[in-house]
Amino acid sequence: MPVISYREALNQAMREEMERDANVFIMGEEVGHYNGAYKVTQGLLQRFSERRVVDAPIAEMGFAGIGVGAAMVGLRPIIEFMTFNFSLVAIDQIVNNAAKIFQMSGGQYNIPIVFRGPSGPAVQVGSQHSQSFESYYAHVPGLKVVMPSTAKDAKGLLKTAIRDENPVVFMEGETLYNTTWDVPEGEELIPIGVADIKREGKDITLIAWSKMVWTCLDAATALAKEGIECEIVDPRTLRPLDVETLATSVRKTGRCVIVEVGWPVAGFGAEVAYQMQKLCMDSLDAPIERVCSDDVPMPYAKNLEDEVQPQVKDVVAAVKRALYLE
Amino acid sequence: MVAPVVTASQTTPDTKRVESDEQQELVDTTTAELAPLYRQMLAIRRMEEACAKAYSTGKIGGFLHLIIGQEAVCVGAIAAIENKDYVVATYREHGHAYAKGVAARPIMAELYGKKTGLVKGLGGSMHLFDKPTNFLGGYGIVGGHVPIAAGAAFASKYRGDGAVTLCFFGEGASTIGGFAEGLALAALWKLPVVLICENNQYSMGTPVYRSLAVEDVSLRALAHGMPRDRFDGDDVVKVKRRIAEAVERARTTGEPSLVEVVTYRFRGHSMSDPGLYRTKDEVEEWRRRDPLNRSRQRLLDLGFPESELNALEEDVKAEIEDAVKFAEDSPPADEYFPYVIKE
Ligand SMILES: Cc1ncc(C[n+]2csc(CCOP(=O)(O)OP(=O)(O)O)c2C)c(N)n1
Ligand SMILES: [Mg+2]
Repeated sequence: MPVISYREALNQAMREEMERDANVFIMGEEVGHYNGAYKVTQGLLQRFSERRVVDAPIAEMGFAGIGVGAAMVGLRPIIEFMTFNFSLVAIDQIVNNAAKIFQMSGGQYNIPIVFRGPSGPAVQVGSQHSQSFESYYAHVPGLKVVMPSTAKDAKGLLKTAIRDENPVVFMEGETLYNTTWDVPEGEELIPIGVADIKREGKDITLIAWSKMVWTCLDAATALAKEGIECEIVDPRTLRPLDVETLATSVRKTGRCVIVEVGWPVAGFGAEVAYQMQKLCMDSLDAPIERVCSDDVPMPYAKNLEDEVQPQVKDVVAAVKRALYLE
Repeated sequence: MVAPVVTASQTTPDTKRVESDEQQELVDTTTAELAPLYRQMLAIRRMEEACAKAYSTGKIGGFLHLIIGQEAVCVGAIAAIENKDYVVATYREHGHAYAKGVAARPIMAELYGKKTGLVKGLGGSMHLFDKPTNFLGGYGIVGGHVPIAAGAAFASKYRGDGAVTLCFFGEGASTIGGFAEGLALAALWKLPVVLICENNQYSMGTPVYRSLAVEDVSLRALAHGMPRDRFDGDDVVKVKRRIAEAVERARTTGEPSLVEVVTYRFRGHSMSDPGLYRTKDEVEEWRRRDPLNRSRQRLLDLGFPESELNALEEDVKAEIEDAVKFAEDSPPADEYFPYVIKE
C-alpha cells in the first residue's frame, strides 16, 4: 500500500471525485492559480480548468452561499475555507441555509455540499487563527461533521463526503498535512459515522479525533513503558457519532479519557462524556476524564501556546488519574 | 439606458498606477517636514528586515506579513493625524504601530514572544495594540476591523471629542461583508473615519483583476454618496497631504471618506509565500519607484546635507539594533490567564 501524506490524500480524493462526477467543483480563496494556501488543491486547476476550480475573492459569506445555491439546483460544490477560522464569516450560510433548507423545503431540496479546510491551532498564529470550531458545527442538526486524523481516513472520508446528499463540514488538521499513512489506491470509501480503533489496549480507552489522536498515540507509547495499555478510539466523524464503537471500548476497559484540542466549556468531549456515562455506567471504574485546551484565547508566544494545548504529559496525567495512580 | 460609470480592465504593470511617472507632480515640502517622515519609513524598513532575519532563524514564528515597499502609505497617512486620533489596521501593521508612536523595542519583543512585548507576547506580529498612542490594533480576519473603526468614529461623534479614526485595509478586503457594512454605516451616520485602502495589487497570490469586477476600489464610495480619493502611494508627502484633506473633512463635518492608495509590496504576502505569481520585471519596475529612495533623493535635492542624512541613517540602524537586542535579552512571556475576563 502506498504511503502518502494527508495533503496528497485529500488531493487524490478531490481529483478522483471530480473525474467521476462532472457536477463536482471546487471554490475558494487561492485554490486554483496558487494551488491552495496549504497546497491541498495542487494541480487541480491545471487538470480541470477554471470552470471547475474557481478562485474566489475574500468573500466567504458570498462563496459559501453560492455553493448552497448551486447545490440546490444540482451541482456538488466543495467550498474551501482557507482555514475554518474564516468560516465564521460564512456561518450564517452554513447554519441558517445549508443545514436548514432540506427541512424548510419539506424535503424537496437537499444540499450536497462539502465545506472543507484546515482547522485547529497551527503554530504561533495567535488567537484569531488558532481555534477549533467542531463543537459549533456538531451542535447543528442538518450538518455532518467529519474530522479525519490520518491520510487514509482523510481520503476515504472526503470521497464519501463529496458523494453525500447533505452538507458536510469537513475539518482537516492544520498541522496534519505532512503526516503520512498507508492509503489504499483508488476506490476506498470510508462511511461517515463509523469510528476506528487506532490502537488496541485493555486498560483504558482514550477517545480523540484529528490532531489529538497523534498526541494520544504518543501518550500511549509512553504509558506502555509503564505497563499501561491504552486503547485509542477515533470517532472520525462527530456528527453522526458512532457511540456504539466508543461504548464497546469503554465497557471493555472500564475507564475513559476524552482528549480534544478545543475549549472545555460545551466542548464536544462533554457530549461524548455524557453518552459514555449513560451507555457504560455499569462498567465504569472511575469518573470519565477530559483533557482540553485551557479556557483562554490562544496566546502567540510558543511556550504559552504549548502550555495551553493538551500535551502528552497532560494525557498521561489524566490516564493516571483515571487509573487512580496519582 | 444608463451608460456604465466605468468598465473593468485587465491590469498590466504599466496601467496599475494612477499616474505615469511623467504625470506626477512634485508636492511642495521642506526638509523639516520630509526628514522625519523619511526617518520613520527607514526605521520601518529596517525593522521589517530585522523581522525577516529573525524569522529565518526561528526567533519569530507564525505568520509574518512585511510592509516593505508600502511604507509611504502608513507613514504619510498617520503624519496627517494627531495623538488623540485612532488607527485601526490589519495583520500587516508593524509600520502603522510605529508611525503612530509605538517604539521599536516593544514591537520587536512582541514578535519574539517576550514578556516585554507590546501585548506581553500574547498577540504576536498580527495583533499589536497600544492604548497610550490610540493604536486600536492589528486584526487577522480580513475586513472584520472596518466596522470596529467605524465604531471608534461613532464614539468620537457621540462624545463630540473631535477625534478622527484612520482605518487601513488591503484591496482584497473590499469584497468582504465587513468592509461593505462598515462603509455603508459610516456613510449613513456620517462617522468621522477615513477608510484607507492600501491597494498593493495582490491579495495573497490573487491580482486585482481576478478579485474585483471594477478595479477602482474608491468607486465604492459613490454608491453611498461618500467622498473618495485615489492616488499613487510612493510620495510620502503626497500621501500626507491627500489624507489630511480627508481628515480635515472628517474632523470639521463628520464626513467619512474612502481613499485608495496604490502601492506595492516588494516581498511575498507573508514569509511563507515566495511570490511566484509575479514576474521579476514587475517587481523590479516597482522597486525602481521605491518610496524610500524617492524621499531620500528629494531631501538631497532640497539641500539636506548628505552628512546629516548619513547620521540619520546611522541613528536608525542603532535604534533597530537596540530593539533587536532588547527583544533577544528579554524574558519569555509567562502569563495568559489574567486577560480573559476583566474583573
Ligand atoms: C475572512 C478572511 N478570509 C481569508 C483570510 C486569509 N487572508 C489573510 S490576508 C489575505 C489577503 C488579503 O489581501 P489584501 O486585503 O489585499 O491585503 P494585503 O495582505 O495585500 O495587505 C487573506 C486571503 C483572512 N485572514 N480572513
Ligand atoms: Mg493587497
